[in-house]
Amino acid sequence: MRATVRLVLFLVYLNLPWIPVAGAQTPTPTPEATAPPAPVSAPAGPGGKMFNPDIAVIGDFLAAAGRNDTAFASPSLEMHETEASFQAVVDPYARADFFLAFSNEEVGVEEGFITFTSLPASLLLKVGKMRGAFGKVNAMHNHVLPWTDRPQVVQNLLGGEEGISDAGVSLSHLFPLRLVYLEATGEVYRGESELFHAPRRGDLSYVGRLRAYRDLTESTNLDLGGSYASGHNDVGFTTQLFGFDATFRYRPLRRAIYRRAIARTELIWSRRQDSGETIRAFGGYASLEYQLARRWFVGIRADRSERADDPSLVDEGGSVLLTFWPSEFSQIRGQYRHLKYGEGETADEVLFQLLFSIGAHGAHAF
Amino acid sequence: MNRLSFVAAIINASLLASQARAALQVVTTTEDLASITREVGGDKVKVESLSRGYQDPHFVEAKPSFVIKLHSADLLIVVGRELEIGWLPPLVTQARNAKVQPGGVGYLDASLHAKILDIPTGQLTRAMGDVHPQGNPHYWLDPDNGRRIADDVAKKLAALDAVNGAYYVERQAAFDKKLAEAGQRWDAMMAPYKGLKIVTYHRSWPNFTDRFGLDVIGYVEPRPGIPPTPGHTLDLIKEMKAKNVKIILVEPYFDLKTPNSIARETGAKVLVLPPSVGGEKGIDDYVELFDHDMERLVAAIKEAAAK
Repeated sequence: MRATVRLVLFLVYLNLPWIPVAGAQTPTPTPEATAPPAPVSAPAGPGGKMFNPDIAVIGDFLAAAGRNDTAFASPSLEMHETEASFQAVVDPYARADFFLAFSNEEVGVEEGFITFTSLPASLLLKVGKMRGAFGKVNAMHNHVLPWTDRPQVVQNLLGGEEGISDAGVSLSHLFPLRLVYLEATGEVYRGESELFHAPRRGDLSYVGRLRAYRDLTESTNLDLGGSYASGHNDVGFTTQLFGFDATFRYRPLRRAIYRRAIARTELIWSRRQDSGETIRAFGGYASLEYQLARRWFVGIRADRSERADDPSLVDEGGSVLLTFWPSEFSQIRGQYRHLKYGEGETADEVLFQLLFSIGAHGAHAF
Repeated sequence: MNRLSFVAAIINASLLASQARAALQVVTTTEDLASITREVGGDKVKVESLSRGYQDPHFVEAKPSFVIKLHSADLLIVVGRELEIGWLPPLVTQARNAKVQPGGVGYLDASLHAKILDIPTGQLTRAMGDVHPQGNPHYWLDPDNGRRIADDVAKKLAALDAVNGAYYVERQAAFDKKLAEAGQRWDAMMAPYKGLKIVTYHRSWPNFTDRFGLDVIGYVEPRPGIPPTPGHTLDLIKEMKAKNVKIILVEPYFDLKTPNSIARETGAKVLVLPPSVGGEKGIDDYVELFDHDMERLVAAIKEAAAK
């Protein structure tokens, strides 16, 4: 008997919403002419998991058909990635975001960082393992890309899917201007990623970015960025990258769930030092994504990129895409890709992607 | 000496600037909250809404220009109940403003003392569509909730700006009286139609229909956030015919194709009704929103009955 009372008291203490507590449910108030209606204390949410982080899992399934005789060909069917995310506020000064990626053969921390949100001087500090703020695509996770693959310039000059993803510190400053969003970011990394290598402790890599954004009208905006990265390459010398990106977005507010267009380009210049000589390579892509209806999107992308270690080899091609959203939580995409590789081979492929997510509702990428 | 006086001048200027900026900078996520805050805050606050009233508040883009507004805000007022979950959190994180972080002194969740409907009980899955685990976030559509929100806003403003505390309390009391009186007027307008069966596009109106005694028998969306499907539309048409439903309420940001075809089949009338301040030209504040919606609704009911 006493145990039951204690249990009830404990549950009341926990304030679980499914325990009927006398007085917790306030009946419909009758409005009075002078005092506001009695406040209603609705339960704030599922009490039992109050301090659990927001957890979500996203599956990224890929399939490929068609001809690609090169070493770059992707498998016919593949559970490309399973990403688990854990996100929550740490304390009044910071929040933390973890993204664990499970791929065919390995499990890794794709990102895991703390963000200090309450610093003075308009600063934002991130510490942990992060995708570097070089351009647009490098910072994106697979499931927010508007394609099933990453553009050729990313494969050739930026280290591919992993890109600049490393342990380090990122500090960014927002300039307090009214008319334009201007943000400068400086990052220091250990120097060990797909792109950079750090056999010695002092072989740090650096990323810098300046981003300017402005609303043109309530439906359109322009987003420009300049990026820089430098670090030690696989032959023990320095590689420097310079990037420029521009994004134009159109989304009419009254029809925001039915219509949008995003045009984007990213250009990357690579300066790779290799025993006394500097190899210069250049590449870029341009893409357009257009929403036809609430669940349908079409896209097109043009690719051209030299290879970082041999700019005489140029890969070029293009893709067309069709995407369908059964709901906000799943996505089916088809991409026809034509690529002519620098060695002379051509590949014509149809790539499929099925994305599906469970768990907490994450914020949409912008 | 010269340099010293220059520094002094700068310090002086910045002090003056901070005094000139005495009005509290308030950012709200919707125009409804902005309107209520203006009623309470009067000329002691400067209020800006991130979303527009003719926009679907679930799907606002997280534009960096919003970060600029949040950066200089003294107070952020949100609808809460996960309405803004798809766009607000990254903006707040990037705002570089400790005040407006969740739990900060300048963060107010307007739903905390409101009457919230549709709080799910039992097992919750996404098979139900995009359900809100913390209840229906469209709660501002009951004017009594407007009064509760105003009460919370007044308390928050007074806490942040104690010097003007009495001013906020006074304005809140006046607004409360105005809303209570208007509420009686609206109740009287809708009294003849108690129990009237209607259909709505999205589940945006439970507080409104609950307050004014309308009976929502179905939705154009098969499940929240899931676009209309032919099968569901046919079922809905059948049910509307059986129950003689003559009104389809549609929010201004939804496509009218399906509602119009349902209307053709059933003889019902499609009524585009803005659920927010600013949803149409001329709806400039919270009271005007209800005035406008009531008038249009009553006119539509009469028209449908005359058919």
